[in-house]
Amino acid sequence: MNNPAVTLTGLNNRNRSRAKHPFRVIMEKEMSDHLGGWRFIILTAIIALTCLGSLYTALSNMGQAVKPNDPEGSFFFLKLFTISDGTMPSFMVFISFLGPLLGIGLGFDAINSEHNRGTLSRILSQPIHRDYLINAKFVAALAVISAMLIVLGLTVMGAGLVSLGIPPTAEEFVRMIFFILLSIIYVAFWLNLSILFSVLFRQPATAALSAIAVWLFFTVFYPLIVNMILKPMEPSAAASPYHMVAFEQLRLTLMRVMPNQLFSEATTTLLMPSVRSLGPLTMEQMIGTVPGPLPLGQSLLLVWPQVTGLIAGTIISFVISYILFMRREIRPR
Amino acid sequence: MTGNIIELTGLTRRYGQFTAVDNLFLTVSTGEIFGLLGPNGAGKSTTILMMLGLTEPDSGTVRVCGLDPTTHPVEVKKKVGYLPEEVGFYDDMSGLRNLIYTACLNGIPESEARIRAEKLLERVGLANEMHKKTGKYSRGMRQRLGLADVLIKDPEVIILDEPTLGIDPAGVREFLDLIVELSREQKITVLFSSHHLHQVQQVCDRVGLFVGGRLLAAGDVKSLASQLFGKSPYTIEAGIDFPPAHAGEAPGPEERKQAIRQALLNTEGVSSVSEENGILQIACARDLTGEVAAAVLGAGIRLTSLNKREYGLDDIYYRYFEGGATNE
Repeated sequence: MNNPAVTLTGLNNRNRSRAKHPFRVIMEKEMSDHLGGWRFIILTAIIALTCLGSLYTALSNMGQAVKPNDPEGSFFFLKLFTISDGTMPSFMVFISFLGPLLGIGLGFDAINSEHNRGTLSRILSQPIHRDYLINAKFVAALAVISAMLIVLGLTVMGAGLVSLGIPPTAEEFVRMIFFILLSIIYVAFWLNLSILFSVLFRQPATAALSAIAVWLFFTVFYPLIVNMILKPMEPSAAASPYHMVAFEQLRLTLMRVMPNQLFSEATTTLLMPSVRSLGPLTMEQMIGTVPGPLPLGQSLLLVWPQVTGLIAGTIISFVISYILFMRREIRPR
Repeated sequence: MTGNIIELTGLTRRYGQFTAVDNLFLTVSTGEIFGLLGPNGAGKSTTILMMLGLTEPDSGTVRVCGLDPTTHPVEVKKKVGYLPEEVGFYDDMSGLRNLIYTACLNGIPESEARIRAEKLLERVGLANEMHKKTGKYSRGMRQRLGLADVLIKDPEVIILDEPTLGIDPAGVREFLDLIVELSREQKITVLFSSHHLHQVQQVCDRVGLFVGGRLLAAGDVKSLASQLFGKSPYTIEAGIDFPPAHAGEAPGPEERKQAIRQALLNTEGVSSVSEENGILQIACARDLTGEVAAAVLGAGIRLTSLNKREYGLDDIYYRYFEGGATNE
């Protein structure tokens, strides 16, 4: 007969240096849950397939895409991500469309499913800080998403390399890395939003639907609403340029409330180096410009506000869910 | 058995208008098995949550192992194991993996966690099922796994919230024996919350009666009865009937009832008398069955039945939890 009392006290003098930090323990568990789960496999399959599709259209249209005297001629490789023949959206557009789905898919049941399974009170009665759980869940999902997007991005590059036979230049490579980073930030925003809903709503289905509702609102209805509001205010063709610029600024400001607008502006600038401004330009400003691509530093400067906006949105929804979760009373089921 | 491991002073927790825990004073001394007995919604779970720092008290203080769980939750949770009312596990992981996960959260290296988990699973009788996914576990197995889960951190105190809920009677017996054994072996203080008085009676050294957020009484079962029923631990039930009254003769049944009540109340040792459906309930300090019979017969009333009852936890339970306090 084993006496656990003796064994357990014997183990008390254990060497604690080998023990993993609880944060890492939770993170590893969450990551393995994601990676082994059907949900992640399905999401990956959807995104990988659309990737293949857009890569195929991009490759078959490469011939038409290259024109003589194109200012972006030296950025041949980047076209892999941006061109399409009109039947199939480009890789860039796909990410802006499917990224939210990925973020929502991995976050909508983060907290409420733990609660429904009755594991939340058990885990939180272990000697860990309460925020470890929510932070570790966020970091784990983000790590999985980052790994997936990096793999996808590099795969597209590799496939392009093999089929085109032209290696990307250093600048193109750096731009692509920034594009992947930007996609990760964008998905992180949706991930945090869905974690927020998972703290707010008891039922995972309600949380998922609410997150999808927000996503649909921003992609479909918000632009319509903005147009409806702005239609009566539209200046006539005879209006002063000053008015026109002001109107255009207003329209852009309203549109930039949408995270997907921020993302698409930022990716466009990064992947199409000839884009030199995201707002209206007057003829006066254009006079004397040499058509040519912007250097990487300038492109990054141009998208800085968009990136900051996305990060701010991510942090805001994280802070709200953090506060709600920390103040919540943890009742068993 | 030195000192108090749990001390609650003036603990109060409100939810809006509703006071779940009302100015609670409670101490549990080291090494004992303390039963928190009360009906559903008495505030037992809320009290337990406050002991773990999972919810904050509105006023009053909690000290567990000399620490305040509101300000030092992690230190307290290192020493206290908690088995929630409906314990949940990750269904897609085996029982062993679930335990190892908990152990790792407690800062135990994985290799040692595995050794400990296997030992404990054997101890709670799950040695053959340890590699099965917990989704396939029965209710009783889950509770036993829960107990192993609580013990893996080598706690000083374990808090079990309704641990026997939904287990069959044989399973309950086994589970309770296991708790007592483990507690004695490893000198663990156990706080056991339940609304099943028999289970509490069976395992607990001391019992606290918890109703409506207040602690009515605390002590071992014997002293509890005398605390609650003070001067009248016996109740005698006497069935009475009136022989048909002849017209003009003797007072009517109502008057005679009043008379016998008065006569009984005047008997030394009787604290109260009530009547319902022809049955007299006489609460008394000593065994007064003979005196009651004599008094009833002496008053010319027919005695149809006579029954003596002693108070156990059962009566405490029914008196305080279900019928409310009558006979005051």
